[in-house]
This record gives sequence, structure tokens and C-alpha cells, in this order.
Amino acid sequence: MERVTEPQDISARRDVVPPTPQVAAAPDRFERKTREAIFGLDEVQVSYGPKPAVRGVSFDIGKNEITALIGPSGCGKSTLIRCLNRMNDLIPGARVEGKVLYHGQDLYAPQVDAVEVRKRIGMVFQKPNPFPKSIYDNIAFGPRVLGMKGSMDEIVERALTQGALWDEVKDRLKTNAFGMSGGQQQRLCIARCLAVNPDVILMDEPCSALDPISTGKIEDLMLELKQNYSIVIVTHNMQQAARVSDKTAFFTVELDDEEHRSGRVVEFDDTEKIFTNPADSRTEAYVTGKVG
Amino acid sequence: MSATSEAIQAAPASRRAKDTAFRVALMACLGLSILLLGVLLYDVVKDGAGHLDADFISSFTSISADKAGAQAAIWGTIWLMGICAVFIVPVGVATAIYLEEYADNDRWYNRLIEVNIQNLAAVPSVVYGILGLAFLVRGPLALGNTVLAGGLTLGLLVLPVVIIAGREAIRAVPPSIREGSMALGATQWQTIWRQVLPASIPGIATGVILALSRAIGETAPLIVVGAATVIAFNPDGLDSQFTALPIQIFDWINRASNDVNNYKPLAAAAILLLMIMLILMNSVAIWLRNRYEQKW
Repeated sequence: MERVTEPQDISARRDVVPPTPQVAAAPDRFERKTREAIFGLDEVQVSYGPKPAVRGVSFDIGKNEITALIGPSGCGKSTLIRCLNRMNDLIPGARVEGKVLYHGQDLYAPQVDAVEVRKRIGMVFQKPNPFPKSIYDNIAFGPRVLGMKGSMDEIVERALTQGALWDEVKDRLKTNAFGMSGGQQQRLCIARCLAVNPDVILMDEPCSALDPISTGKIEDLMLELKQNYSIVIVTHNMQQAARVSDKTAFFTVELDDEEHRSGRVVEFDDTEKIFTNPADSRTEAYVTGKVG
Repeated sequence: MSATSEAIQAAPASRRAKDTAFRVALMACLGLSILLLGVLLYDVVKDGAGHLDADFISSFTSISADKAGAQAAIWGTIWLMGICAVFIVPVGVATAIYLEEYADNDRWYNRLIEVNIQNLAAVPSVVYGILGLAFLVRGPLALGNTVLAGGLTLGLLVLPVVIIAGREAIRAVPPSIREGSMALGATQWQTIWRQVLPASIPGIATGVILALSRAIGETAPLIVVGAATVIAFNPDGLDSQFTALPIQIFDWINRASNDVNNYKPLAAAAILLLMIMLILMNSVAIWLRNRYEQKW
């Protein structure tokens, strides 16, 4: 198997989703602030049932950057991140409107295969969800179902090394993953995701079930991983967003006339600006802890 | 002593009496069922234990009670259980997977199927016998009075049990496992085949064994589909005639009441044999559940 962490290899993988003429012809309405956009979101709205859970989301997510999504509960951060790799497809009744462009390709175009999308856009969940198998088999599952070539032992070792877990588990690869600590389980889930060479890693509150030491390890890991991957993270921990992210989107909850709650983006900017000099007073109130 | 410490010393006598009375009533009910079971067991063991030996297992039934054995019935039952298992495992598991993983519950036909499966589990077994007679023995399939028709009839009878147990086992696998698998780019089928099914095998296996333990004791449907009573050969193929332990027991008890020969101890010995097989099967089910049960 070739050395997958090299950038040219990742760019080679992108070509598998063919750009469609109608998308290529679509007018570019974004202000391109970032150096190279992985995702371009244009007026994205996600609904479960008749009412939108989050609406009017428009910003770009940059390559090799960590983008944090922050905001109070119910503001649609998790909903939004789950539509970036079409995990919302698994929820009956979920509907995505607007454009989610991934390397310029509309993710929700009819010819796009959600399974192909998820190969390239990995996801780490709020609660560590190792498979009820050995540590080795947890990592090997993805490469096996995708039919990746090469020595499985090498793939497993490289993924665990990238996930900063190799030294802790190399002597017990065949033991059940449920015997690991919560923090180790979450790093296993990150390593499992890295084993299939994704382009982007989505993290939905990856540290909310972990103690501060495990959280620190995962934050260090994220900073290391952004050399080769683009990361989007949902977090309730504002210090975490400030510590690790390059860009931050602040979401809020709005009530419409019928008392229906829906989320929308208040502000999207460099993390430093959001935390030191936000443009919107609601952002300031939230990041300084006056509300929320 | 303060008022509080006095107050917690003793509950009023009437409350304590009620508490005791209720406990005694519960234990009496428990005792009654254990006692009945004990009497039944004692009676069967007293009559049958003396006959349960190698000769009994290796001889065919005979017009002389002294020489009669249950070999044909034992092999018939083993064949029936084998055919039944081969039928119910794939069909039951596939149905459970469809209903849990693919079926859209908003569709009326899926809800209809679901309600019907629940109802089918409660249909009397003789009705399945008539179904087997009409569709398997005669009718479209015309298999005749064969062990295949008998095994399939028993399979139809216990299929709802397997489907219900299979669905519960599949539902017990947390959604986070499916999400984790799909997020790696696995297809829905890969997720089911490599994550959901392996994690639910203990529950499915338990359900299958419990279904077979119900099937092994069924008599009525086998009588309807035409199990033989007096045969001196083992099944040698799917199209063979057959008998089974419950049928043999029924036949011997029948004879005991109007025959000069004394078949009663033979019936008791066959009952013991059937119970031993049942206990073994249930033990395997319990062992499987304890050994492989996944704690989430």
C-alpha cells in the first residue's frame, strides 16, 4: 500500500468524485476568505420534518485548518456537521437544502453516492463507539470493507501511531476494545477513521465524555493531524475552540413567530477575531460567558 | 429518646402483618407450581427410569412391550429438528434483518407484516398441521407424509419465535455501532453483515434453540401431516416416512389403555428422554447467552 499521508495521494483520491457540468457552471457567490476551501456551504438548511433545525448557513471550510462550530445547545451545530458527510441520510425525514460543495462538487447531487462520500469524510462521535471487537479489528474494519490493498499489520500500526495510541496498545492489539479507558477508546475511534485515509475528519463533541487529561491528548492530536487533514469540530467547550481552531463559526438559536427553534450562524471568522474582537454583540456575550 | 428515634423503631403491627401475609401468599403460589412439577417428575421417573437404557435407545418399537424401543422415534426427532433448523435460521434471520434494518414503518404493508407475525406466534399448533397437510403434504408441493413435510411444518410453526427473537437481538445493537461503521464508508449491507449480525448472534442463537425446544415437543401438527406410529426403520432421506418422540409417546400411552402388553413404562421412559433432550438444548441456550452476551 502506498504512503497515504502524503498530500499528493489525498489529492489523487479527490478525483474520484467527478465534478458535474452544472455544478462547475454554478455561479460562485462566496467570498473566498480561506486559502483553499474543502467545503463551500451556501444557504444550507437542514430540516427534520416540516421545520428547519438549522438554516441560512454560508461559509467556507479551509484545507488543513481546524474549523470549530460553537454555540448553545439546540443551535444545529451537530445537525450541520452531520450533513457534511451525509450522515443525516440515516435519519428518516431529514432534508438538506442549499448547497454543500465538497471540492466544488455538490454533495447532494443525485449522482453522488453517500458511501463514497463517507469514505473520504470521516467522523468521530460524541460518545466513543468502538466496535465490540479487538483493537486490531477495530482499525482493520474500514480498510477491509473498502478493500484496501497492502499489509493490514502496517495499516493498523500506522493508524494507531497517527492516533497517538500505538505505544499504549501495541502489546494488546488482540484484546477487546471495550477494555480501554474512555480517552483511549476515543483515540481508537480517531485512529479507525484515519486508517481509511480520509480527506476531512468531522468531530462531533469528541471530548465531551472525557476527562481533562484525555481531552488534552486529543487536542494535541488534532493539532498534529491538521498538517495532513482538514478538521471540523463541534464543541461546547469554548476554551477548546480557542485553543485548537483556526476558524470559528458561532451559531445561535432563534425563535420564529410560531415559537419554533432553529439555529443559524451569527458570525464566522478567524478564531482569534471571534474570541478577542467579535463583530456581533451576541458572539461577544457568548464567548465571554455572559450568556449560554 | 427523641420522637424520631421512637418513630423509626417499629412499624404498626397491622402493616407488618400485611407484609408477612403477602409474602406467604407469594411463596404458596411458587410452592404449588414446584410441587406439581415435582409430582409429575417423580411419577415419570418412577415408571420410566428402569426402562431408559441402551436397549431402549437402540431397539425399534415392537408388538412385544419387553422388546420395544424408541430408535426410530429418536432419529425421526433428530431429522425433524435438523430440517426445521435449516429452514428457520436463514428465513427467520433474513426476515428479522428486513424488518429491523430496511422496513419503513410508515408503510402500511410493513406494519401489517409486523402485526401478523406477532399473531402467528399465537396460532394453535394444530392449525399449522392443517396448513402443512394442505400445502406441503398434498396441494401445491405434494411432498407426501415425509420427514421433509414434517420438519417444514414445525419450522412454519416456530418461525415467528425466531423472527421475534432475532429482531430483539438486532435492535439491541446500539445505533452508534451502525453510525461508526457507515461513517467509515461501509455500505448498509457491510454494516449489517460485519457489525450488526456478529453482535447479535448470541441473541439469535438463543432464540433458535428456544424455538427448537418448542418444536421438539409438538405432537398435534405431526399427527395431522401424517407421522407414522409403528415403523421399524430410521429416516434415510428427506422423502422418508418418519415418526417422532412425542408421536411414539402418544402411541404407547394409547396402547397402555387397551392392550394386554404393558407399554406404560415405555411411554414414561420416552418422556424422560424427551425431557433430557429439552434440558440439554435449554442449557446450551443459557450457556450461549452468558458466554457471548455483549454488554454495551
